Parts: sequence; structure tokens; C-alpha cells
Amino acid sequence: MVKTFLAAAAALAVAWSGAAGAEQITGAGSTFVYPVLSKWSADYGVKFGDKVNYQSIGSGGGISQIKAGTVDFGATDKPLSPAELAASGLAQFPVVIGAISPVVNIVGVRPGQLKFSGPLLADIYLGKVKNWNDPAIRALNPGMPLPNAAITVIHRSDGSGTTYNWAYYLGQVSPVWKARVGAGTSVQWPVGVGGKGNEGVAAFVGQIPNSIGYLEYAYVIQNHMKYGLVRNSAGRFIGPTVAGFQAAAATADWAHAKDFFLVMTNAPSAAAYPITATTFVLMYKQPRNAARSAAALKFFKWSFEHGQADAAALNYVSLPPVLVKQIARYWATQIK
Amino acid sequence: MSIASDEFGGFPPPERSRKTAASEKSYGVGDRIFKGLTGAMAALVLIVLGGAAVAMLWGGLLAFKTFGFRFLWSSRWDAVGHQFGAFVPIYGTLVTSAIAIVMAVPVSFGIAIFLTELAPKWLRGPVGTAIELLAAVPSIIYGMWGLFVFVPFVATYLEPWMNDHVGTLPIIGPLFSGPPIGIGMLTAGTILAIMILPFITAVMRDVFGAVPAELKESAVALGSTTWEVISHVSLPYTRSAVVGAIFLGLGRALGETMAVTFVLGNAHDFSMSLFMPGNSIAAAIANEFTEADSPLYVSSLIALGFLLFVVTFIVLALAKLMLLSLGRMEGAKA
Repeated sequence: MVKTFLAAAAALAVAWSGAAGAEQITGAGSTFVYPVLSKWSADYGVKFGDKVNYQSIGSGGGISQIKAGTVDFGATDKPLSPAELAASGLAQFPVVIGAISPVVNIVGVRPGQLKFSGPLLADIYLGKVKNWNDPAIRALNPGMPLPNAAITVIHRSDGSGTTYNWAYYLGQVSPVWKARVGAGTSVQWPVGVGGKGNEGVAAFVGQIPNSIGYLEYAYVIQNHMKYGLVRNSAGRFIGPTVAGFQAAAATADWAHAKDFFLVMTNAPSAAAYPITATTFVLMYKQPRNAARSAAALKFFKWSFEHGQADAAALNYVSLPPVLVKQIARYWATQIK
Repeated sequence: MSIASDEFGGFPPPERSRKTAASEKSYGVGDRIFKGLTGAMAALVLIVLGGAAVAMLWGGLLAFKTFGFRFLWSSRWDAVGHQFGAFVPIYGTLVTSAIAIVMAVPVSFGIAIFLTELAPKWLRGPVGTAIELLAAVPSIIYGMWGLFVFVPFVATYLEPWMNDHVGTLPIIGPLFSGPPIGIGMLTAGTILAIMILPFITAVMRDVFGAVPAELKESAVALGSTTWEVISHVSLPYTRSAVVGAIFLGLGRALGETMAVTFVLGNAHDFSMSLFMPGNSIAAAIANEFTEADSPLYVSSLIALGFLLFVVTFIVLALAKLMLLSLGRMEGAKA
């Protein structure tokens, strides 16, 4: 009896240590990247043996964990300023691109039909435009069956990088929004109802008629939401398409962004989708555990070069090659 | 040393310890250890409670120092401008719990009476089990059911009806009028009422069943109707347990998080109308804690937790006071 127990314990120990020599990389942070990071880490682990353990506790949690040194990398949707990075000895680089879409629940409107401009979205979220048949909305959408109904605004109840990018974009296109509300992972919404997570917003928009919300692109596709087109800085109405996101990523001014400190919204290209955003990874420039840090960089390099199919399958957008090259140069100079 | 007998031939009683209280009879070592252990467990509960309260007060100190008493009645919750005020969460917590109690107590009372007095014997078991099963349903299921089933019903039928018929009444009208989105304090209060129903019902049913049969039979023999037996015999006999049951339900309603966050709307806006979304302390903390990115923000959320502690404590104290005054009234009558 005792012998069987000891044999079983020994077998377990051997099985657990079977991956000895493989690194266990830990990361924490943004919930937005969790699906694609876990797919990448699964594929990477099968190929190379290194395991990536990622906890999606939110961007704020990711920042505080990397600053506390308990993880090898943190992931945040809201970039840290170069001053803050220098103070903590951190390096920062983007890993994947997402986009945020306005979604509506109006009878008779199909996905990709309704047109919005940035200032109009800001006015809706400020509570200035209260009804769907307001002249401002009708001007952009002649001939659409807009009902005479009050707009129910849906926002996020939890702090989120999605909110940060949305609020930042609204601040860029509306001085009133910038002065009154500002940008943050959690803002003081003038009007509206809060849903928890992208799932909560999707559920609310689905349940409440004549509502408008904002969602990550992946959730729009997976829940078949009625998304709207947004007018970009060149004046064209662009829908949430991969081409639009990559155009935004390519033309956003990365070259002059120290430590990639750039919020990509309202990118200048004519084909760019205006509310595009990226998630950033934070790592120490002089890491405590150099082996694990190097393994993490190898993982990200592999994801940039070979992870496009996985990302596309999950409705994410990979970084354009010019940006990947810039990141590689940044690693060479910044991270030991 | 010999003991002399007295003049009657008896002997004095053996020497006893001066402390003759019942708890101080001679104890063996095992008894002393057991007594110490159980005392330590009781002390542990108090220490944990006190420690939790002190930890929350400590964490919320920054918020209290920055905002002072303004924290309690400011309704501004601005993470970007670093201005926080607890009024909307406190108000939402109290209002949704009050709605829950107002709805749940009469229904629980009715169910308990039905199960103990009126139902045929073969029905008592199944109905009682069904009520207890309600208690076993996880709260997030209530939230999901609330959002996907109850909210459309409220938005399509209940709120428009109330807008037309109750919203026009003089004093309570503004409470029951507003945009019929379905998500709001009334819906959250109703879901909470359904959640706390089984707890209150279970306790009430047990204590009503424990009323001695002789008391009830004597009342019936003197010509009481069933209702008079209930109101004049069962209720006074079980008064403190009934109040305890109500406050047990209230305690659960005050702290409920997930069900409330699905249907309350999580909006840091104050509004008189019960149809409008609001926020509750537990929902605010659950939603915002992981992404709170400044020390003042985190401190404000912990301060909210401390305020929930205080609210629960006040409610409990009110319960005790009510019981005490009722007991004194009873004493005066007798």
C-alpha cells in the first residue's frame, strides 16, 4: 500500500518535472489581449516548450504587478508616458491591434449602415443629442429609418483600456468632451448605463431597444452586433475592417513616439479606421531574471512573425511589418 | 489532622473553594483546554471582524482625509479628475435593499403562514423544498435571468404601465416615472427580493412551526379565528426570531454584488426615479477595483467598503434596539 503510494508520488514528480529546462514566463494585465495571448502561448508551448502564464486582471493590475516585479511582463491598453517608464525602469512596446466600434440596437438598421462622425458620438455620449431622429444624426444618415425614440447610452461600468481609447478619441474630436470628461480607464460618464466588461455592454445593447454602446471589434463580430461606420480625419466613413485597422497602424506616427507612447486613434490616413487601439507590453529594461525576460522576448518575436493566423482567427489584427521592425530595433537597444 | 465533631455528632461540611459559582467546580486539565479553545474561537471571530473593519478604515483613510465628510454626500465620481463621492452608491444600496425588504417580507410571511397553518400536509414538503432550492441558486444566475428575462418584461410591460398609472399619483409619482429601459433600481430591488425570500421564509417557517401547540389550541378553544391565532399568538411568541429573519435577509441584500451589477445599471448618477439606473457599494467595488489606477481611487473604493460595514452595523443596531423596545413593551404589559 505504501509502496504503491510512493510509486505514484514518484511518477507524478517525474511527470511534473518533465518540462525541466523550459521557462515558465508569467504575465498579467489587460483583459483585451487575453484570448490571443493564451492562443499564442498554447501554440508556442507546443513548439518550444516554454510556457506563458497570463493572468487577465485588468490593465491597472498589470501595471502594478510589473512595477512590483511579480511578473515578467505586464500588458496594458493605456500606454505609460516615457517619464513614468523611465522612473520605473520599464520598456514598452505594442503587441496587437484592436478597434472599437459603436454598436446600436435599432429596428430596421443593419450592421454597417448607420454613419457617425466623431463629434456626433461625443455629443451622444455627452447627452446633448438625446433622440435618434435628431437633425445631427439625420444629416449623416438621410433616408434611414431612425425612430423618434430616446437614445439609451451604454458605457462600461468597470475600468478598461477600451474606455480609455474611446474617451481619448472623443476628446480628440470634441473639445467639450476633453474639458468636461477627459480620458481615463474610468471616466465620469455624463449619461448612460454601465455594463461590466465588453460582454456586459454587448448584453445591454442587445437587450435595450434604441441603445448605443461601444465594443471591441472581436465582440462585435462574435455577437453579430449592428456596428456603425465612423468618419475618419480624412472625411471618409470607414467600417471596422482589418484593412482599416492596418492602415491606421501603418500611418500612426510611431517613428516619433518615444517608447511607443502613442494612442493610435484618429490616425491620418484616408483609409484608416479612426478608433483603432493597441495593447502595450511592459517589461523591465534590466530584468531581475534575465533568462525569463529573454524567453519572453523570444515568445513575442515568434508571435509577431508567426502568430498572424491565430490573431486573425480571433478577430485581432497583427502589427504591420514596419512596426515590427521598429520594435525589434527597440528591443536591441533598450532591453538587456 | 483530625476533625472534631460538633455537639450533635455531625461533622462540618468539607472545605470548599470560596468561589462556589457553578462554572468554578473543580476542572480537569482537559476541560480547561477545551474551555480555552472554544473561548479562543469566539475571540477569533471578534478579532477577524475587528481586523477587517480596521483594515478597511486604514485603506480608506486617504479618501477620508482628502474629502472629509464631503465624501458622504458628494455624488461626483470622477476618476480622471480625482474627485470621489459615495452618495450614489450608498443611496443605491439602501434603496435597493429597502425595495427588496418591502417586497420580500409580506411574501415570506404569507409563504410561512401557508406552509405552517393552511397548506394540506402533502403539499408542505414539496413547497418547502422548492423555497429552499431558491436559496441554492447562485446569485449570478439571478443576475443573468434578471437581465435576459426580467428586464425585457419590465421594459415592455411593467414600466410603461407604471408610468401611466402610478407615475401620475401626487406624492409617489416621481418615484415611479421615467424612461422605461428596464434596468434600474426597481428591477434590482425586485431581483434582490426574490433572492432573500428563501432565507426569510425558512426562518419564519421554522419558528412558526415551533410555537407550542397548547398555546394555539387554547386560543382556538377560546374562539379565535386562524388569523387571530397567527397575529395574537404565533407572531408575538416568535417576534424576535421574525425580526432576526428579516434582518438576515436585509444583510444579504445589502451585500449582494453580482445579481445587482447585472440589472442596476452601474451609473454614478443620482435620480429620484426608481426606473433610473444607479449604483450600489458592492457593485461599484466589484466593477472598479481591478482597474483603479491611482492610490486615491483605490482608497475611495476601500472607503466605500468601510461605509458598507458601517451601514450594516447601523442596520443591525437598529434591529437590536427594535427588539429591545418590543421586549420592554411586552414586559410592561405583563
